[in-house]
Amino acid sequence: MKKRFSLRHALVLCRRNLIKLTRTPEQLIDVTLQPIIFLVLFLYVFGGAISHGSQHDYLQFLLPGLIGQTIAMSSISIGQNMNADIEKGVFDRFRSLPIARSVPLVGAVLADFFRYLVLCVILVGFGYILGFRIATNPLLLLAALGTAICFALAFAWVSLWVGMTVRTAGAVQGVMFLLIFPLSFGSNAFVQASTMPGWLQAFVNVNPLSHLVSAVRGLLLGGPVATQIGWTFAWILGLLVVFFPLALRGYIRRT
Amino acid sequence: MTELAIEATGLAKSFGETKALAGVDLAARRGSVLAVLGPNGAGKTTAVRILATLLRAEGGTARVNGFDVRKQPEKVRMSIGLTGQFASVDEDLTGTQNLVMIGQLLDLSTRAARKRAAELLEWFDLAEAAGKVAKTYSGGMRRRLDLAASLVGRPQVIFLDEPTTGLDPAKREDMWDVVRSLVSDGSTVLLTTQYLEEADALADEITVIDHGQVIAHDTPHGLKRVIGGQRLTVRPADPALHDDLVSVLRTVGGQAPEDDGRGTVTVRVDGDDVLPDVVARLRAAGIAVEEFSLHLPSLDEVFFTLTGTRSRDDNEEALV
Repeated sequence: MKKRFSLRHALVLCRRNLIKLTRTPEQLIDVTLQPIIFLVLFLYVFGGAISHGSQHDYLQFLLPGLIGQTIAMSSISIGQNMNADIEKGVFDRFRSLPIARSVPLVGAVLADFFRYLVLCVILVGFGYILGFRIATNPLLLLAALGTAICFALAFAWVSLWVGMTVRTAGAVQGVMFLLIFPLSFGSNAFVQASTMPGWLQAFVNVNPLSHLVSAVRGLLLGGPVATQIGWTFAWILGLLVVFFPLALRGYIRRT
Repeated sequence: MTELAIEATGLAKSFGETKALAGVDLAARRGSVLAVLGPNGAGKTTAVRILATLLRAEGGTARVNGFDVRKQPEKVRMSIGLTGQFASVDEDLTGTQNLVMIGQLLDLSTRAARKRAAELLEWFDLAEAAGKVAKTYSGGMRRRLDLAASLVGRPQVIFLDEPTTGLDPAKREDMWDVVRSLVSDGSTVLLTTQYLEEADALADEITVIDHGQVIAHDTPHGLKRVIGGQRLTVRPADPALHDDLVSVLRTVGGQAPEDDGRGTVTVRVDGDDVLPDVVARLRAAGIAVEEFSLHLPSLDEVFFTLTGTRSRDDNEEALV
């Protein structure tokens, strides 16, 4: 007989992760300082070249792209943290309790929601200071951020799977960078896909981050979004279906 | 329901080439204390982890509180509390937060979990440190918090893996009192230890294991009868009187004393009533002593008696 999953248990462990986050606030660097640095670098280093001098035009284009890239990057830490955390004695305690095996993982992902939320607020807020303006309405802004966070919550399972599979926390970062760099640069996050060679465009067009960025861009700047939102959620579902069981299996094997 | 709270037969487990357990039987009656005595690497921790459903045995069967550890792990987990060799508390959480978290995971309401946490912190003398992060606790405090965490759900069967290793003698006595009061509340306790003294003080029955095998199982009384009760250790002030001392102790113990080669002589005795006699004889022989003690045999001596060989000098880390 297996213990059925309980949302309350997951929320209890979500709280544990949030308490740990308040004890080591430097864990928030990747959702605070890092996106700001990316925004400033991309805007002022590449912006002029890419949009022929108009930094404002590029900022409008860049910000939705950066939401996609940085939110994927910020999922790296959950795999790293879990990789280190699982070695600790408290996981022996969790395993000796009558709770579902998936609870510690789900709790960690739920806690990550707050990190992704911080990232969105920082990025949009700082973008506003630099002159970014949404062309739609606040409700669609929320929809855009909600879509991005949903994607991050699904992508976190990829990171967890890597975290449960490789041996050290450092290796988690290495593997995730290998994955996220081609995904974020081989997308429409920073430049229009139409400027790229055909074979790369083929990749960009199926890249989940491209779908996410197109959906967010549409929701913030206007234009048709239904198809891109559909693709994004199809990817979210696909990631969950594949990587939730893989991460869970890795966790059980590891213990 | 079965009379035995813990019942394991033929437990086997290997880690790679190493046989951690090679067919271990364990049994503890409800409401009793079973001590599993053995050196580092004997397989004690592995056995506990199998019984607590953290590890799967490769062979044998085990039932805890009447439930099969393999087929009904969930029921087993509802019945047990586990205190590991390495304190399994969350170092970033306070004492209270740790215990409340466990309570909530055991489906207590938040209020009930808080109440239980406060109770346990009081009992374990941690009330003052309740709001401090566990990272700042001393080793003994961490150990007590860990034990408190395993008692949140009032488990019927409690596993204590070397609960007093690394504690100073006063704290060790405190821990013993806790174990006694758990048993008087009706819980069954399995504790692993490297000290015969501890097993003797607490256990109803003792299982001695080495190299993953049971080498003896008996009551403390029975075991002491086999290994010859207490040891009297004497060191003369004047090393020149060593041979005289040996002959005095041979007369008292009725057998050849053991000599550790560093001037200390040890002989088996059957109780403390020989003490006046020994003192009188030493005085008569004019032997002044520098060290004079009556104690239970060390684990090493137990192994020597039971197996005829010294237990390997195990400095290697315990296998998981």
